[in-house]
Amino acid sequence: MRRWLGVLGLVAFVAGCAASRPGPVKLRMWAMGREGEVVGELVRDFERGHPGIRVEVQQIPWTAAHEKLLTAVVGGSLPDVGQLGNSWISEFGTLESLVPLDPFLVRGELSRDAYFGGIWDTNVLDGVTYGVPWYVDTRLLFYRKDMLERAGYKSMPTDWKGWKECLRAVKARGGPGHYGIFLPTNEWMTPVVLGLQSGSPLLADGGTRGAFEEAAYRRAFDYYLGMFREGLAPAIGFNEIANKYQELSRGTFAMMVTGPWELGEFTRRLPDSLQSQWSTAAMPGPDGPGVSFAGGSSLVLFHGTKHPEEAWELVRFLSEPAQQVRFWRLTGDLPARREAWADTALTADARTRAFGDQLTRTEPCPMVPEWEEIATRVYEQADRAIRGATSPDSALATLDRLVDKMLEKRRWLAARRSAAGHRGRT
Amino acid sequence: MSATEVRASTGVVARGAKRATLAGRQARAGLLLALPSVALILVFFWGPVLYGLWLSLTDFDVYAIADPSAVRFIGLGNYLHAFSEPDFWNALRITLVYALVGAPVSVAVSLATALLVDAKTTRWKPFFRAVYFAPVVTTLVAVAIVWRYLYQPQYGLVNALLGKFGIPRIDWLGDPHWALPAILVLAVWKNFGYNLLIFVAGLQNVPRELHEAAELDGASGWQRFWNVTLPELAPVFLFVSVTTMINYFQLFAEPYVMTQGGPLKSTNSLVLLMYEQGFRWWRLGYAAALAFILFAVILGATAVQMRLQQREGRA
Repeated sequence: MRRWLGVLGLVAFVAGCAASRPGPVKLRMWAMGREGEVVGELVRDFERGHPGIRVEVQQIPWTAAHEKLLTAVVGGSLPDVGQLGNSWISEFGTLESLVPLDPFLVRGELSRDAYFGGIWDTNVLDGVTYGVPWYVDTRLLFYRKDMLERAGYKSMPTDWKGWKECLRAVKARGGPGHYGIFLPTNEWMTPVVLGLQSGSPLLADGGTRGAFEEAAYRRAFDYYLGMFREGLAPAIGFNEIANKYQELSRGTFAMMVTGPWELGEFTRRLPDSLQSQWSTAAMPGPDGPGVSFAGGSSLVLFHGTKHPEEAWELVRFLSEPAQQVRFWRLTGDLPARREAWADTALTADARTRAFGDQLTRTEPCPMVPEWEEIATRVYEQADRAIRGATSPDSALATLDRLVDKMLEKRRWLAARRSAAGHRGRT
Repeated sequence: MSATEVRASTGVVARGAKRATLAGRQARAGLLLALPSVALILVFFWGPVLYGLWLSLTDFDVYAIADPSAVRFIGLGNYLHAFSEPDFWNALRITLVYALVGAPVSVAVSLATALLVDAKTTRWKPFFRAVYFAPVVTTLVAVAIVWRYLYQPQYGLVNALLGKFGIPRIDWLGDPHWALPAILVLAVWKNFGYNLLIFVAGLQNVPRELHEAAELDGASGWQRFWNVTLPELAPVFLFVSVTTMINYFQLFAEPYVMTQGGPLKSTNSLVLLMYEQGFRWWRLGYAAALAFILFAVILGATAVQMRLQQREGRA
C-alpha cells in the first residue's frame, strides 16, 4: 500500500513539473514521398529561428497517403500540419478536417496575389480557403527541336490549328511508322486539358453531373480523336511502348505531353547527342496559348490542432520565396509563389521558363472526391473511340451516363441540402 | 452433454428430481465455463460480421464520415454494382488464377520438398526444415525488397540467369503479362514451408511396414508413392489443400507490396480491390459487399473441393 502511495506521489510530482514548466511546442507534420524526405532539412532551419517550436516530420509514401489520411480523420489522429495533394482539398474540406485559413490570411502575410491564381484556386472551396500552395505541377509539351526544324518549324506553334499542321509536317518527313506526338491512350491528362482549354467545365450543376456531351468538350474530344484518326499519334497506351525516351530519341515521334519531373528524366535518359536538341513549350490552345491543369500540393492545418498559430508560422516559413527556391533545388518541385520565380536559376533555363509561362494559365480539375475515378472513365471511353470500338458520340454519351451514376450521391446530398434550406426559410 | 447424462444415470439410487437438479447444475456450470468464449465470439466475430452484412446493404462512403445521416439503405445495390463493374470481374478472374494455379503449385512444391526432406538418405534434416521454413517467418516487406532486386529487369538475378540460356530480358513486375506469374512465384516461395512442415509430420506417420511390404512385392518408388504414401497422407492432404486454397483466395500482401495491383490491374486480387475501395476511397458499403461475395466464392470452392476429395477417398 505504501509503495503504491509512493508511486502515486511520484506521478503527481512529474505531472506537476510538466505543468509548471512548459516545454517547447511540438508540431506533428505529415509530408509525402520525396517532399517528406527533404522537408526535414528546411524544418531544421525553422526550429533554429523558433526555439519554442519543435517539428516532428513523418514521411508517408504517396501510395498509402490517401488511406492513411482518411483513417486519421476517422480515428481522430490527424497531425497539426501537413502536405495535401490539391486534388484532395475538396474531399478533406468536405469532411471538415481542414482548418479554414481565412482568419490567418486577413493579416496580410500571404495572399492570392503572390501566387499563380489557378493554383491558389484549387485550395478554395465555397469561398473558404483551406490550403496554401506549396509547389505546383502542370503539364506541357516536351519536343525535339531538330525534328521540328527539319519540318520547317523554328518554334512550337501556339494554337490548335498550328499544332496539328506542325504534327502533319513532322509525320510527313518521318514516313511510315513515324508519328508526330505520343499521347498514351490510357492517360486522362491530355483529353482533360484539351477540354479545359475549350472552356468545358467537365462537370455541371455544382459537380453533380457530367458535362461531356456539351459542345465545349465535344470540340476538344473531336480535336483529340483527330490526332489518332490522322495517324499523328500512335493509338497505344503506356504499357504498349517499351521505352518512350528511346522512341523519342529514335524519332518515332517528336513530342509528348508531360510534367516537370521529366526535366530531370530527359537529361538523364536522352543520349548526349540530343541534349541540346530538346525543349519545352506551353500548351497550344484553341486560339493562342492554352491553359493546362493546376496540380501540385498545398500546406494545410488539420482540424483539431492545438497549436494553430505555431503551425501557421511553419506554413509561412515554408512559403517564403527563399525556402521555395531551396525546396526546388532539393526536389525539382516548381515553386508556387511568383516571387520565387524571380530567382535567376529558375528563369535562366529556357525549359523551366516554359513552365513558369504555363503556370500563369492553369485551371483546376473539378473539385469533387470522385474526380480520380471519373478521370479513369474519361480515358477509358476516349480509348474506345480511338480504337473504333464505339463512335465518338456514343463514347461521350456513355461517359456522361457513367459519371452521372457515380455522382448520384452528390445529387442526393444537394437535394437534401436545398430541401433543408427551404424548410429553414419558411 | 452425453458424459453428463451417463454420469447422472449411474446414480441409480438418486431420486429423479435430484438427478434433474444435478444435470441442470452441471449444464449451468458448462454454460458458465463456455460463456467467456461464447461472449468473445459474439462480440468479436458475429458482431462485426453482422455489422459488415448491414454495411454491405448501405451506401456508406466518404460523405458518411462527416455526416452519418448521409448513409442510405440500398438493398442489394452494392452487389449489383459489383456485377456490373469490369474491375470486379477482373479481380475475380485474377483471384481464381491465384487460387486455382497458385494453391496447387504451392501444395505440390511443399509435398515434393517434404519427400526430399523426409527421404532416408537425407542428412541434416532439421537444418533443411529450418531453411525452408525461414521464408514463412520472415517479414514480407523485407522479402519484397529482395525480390524486387531479383526481378529488376536490367540488373536482376532472375534475368541474368535466364540470359545465360539466351532468354531475352523480361520486365517481370512492369509487364502486365508477367507480373501475375512473378507474384505467384514469390507467393509460393514465401508460403510453401508451412505446408512442408505439415507434410513432413504426415510422412513420419506413414507406417514403415507398409513401405517394406510394398518393396518386397516389387513396387517401384513411384508406385509406392502413389499407392502407399498418398493414400496414407489423404487426411493431411485434404487439410493442406483446403487451407492453402483459402489462403490463396485471400492473397493480399504479396501483390500489395510488390505491384499495388498493377500494372494495369493485372495482379489486383479481390482482397486488394476490397482494400482499395474500402480504405483508400472509403466506400465501406461496397467493400463489405465485396467481402461477402468473396466469402460465398470461398465457401463454394471449399465445398467442391471437399466433395471431390471425399469421392476420391471412397473410390
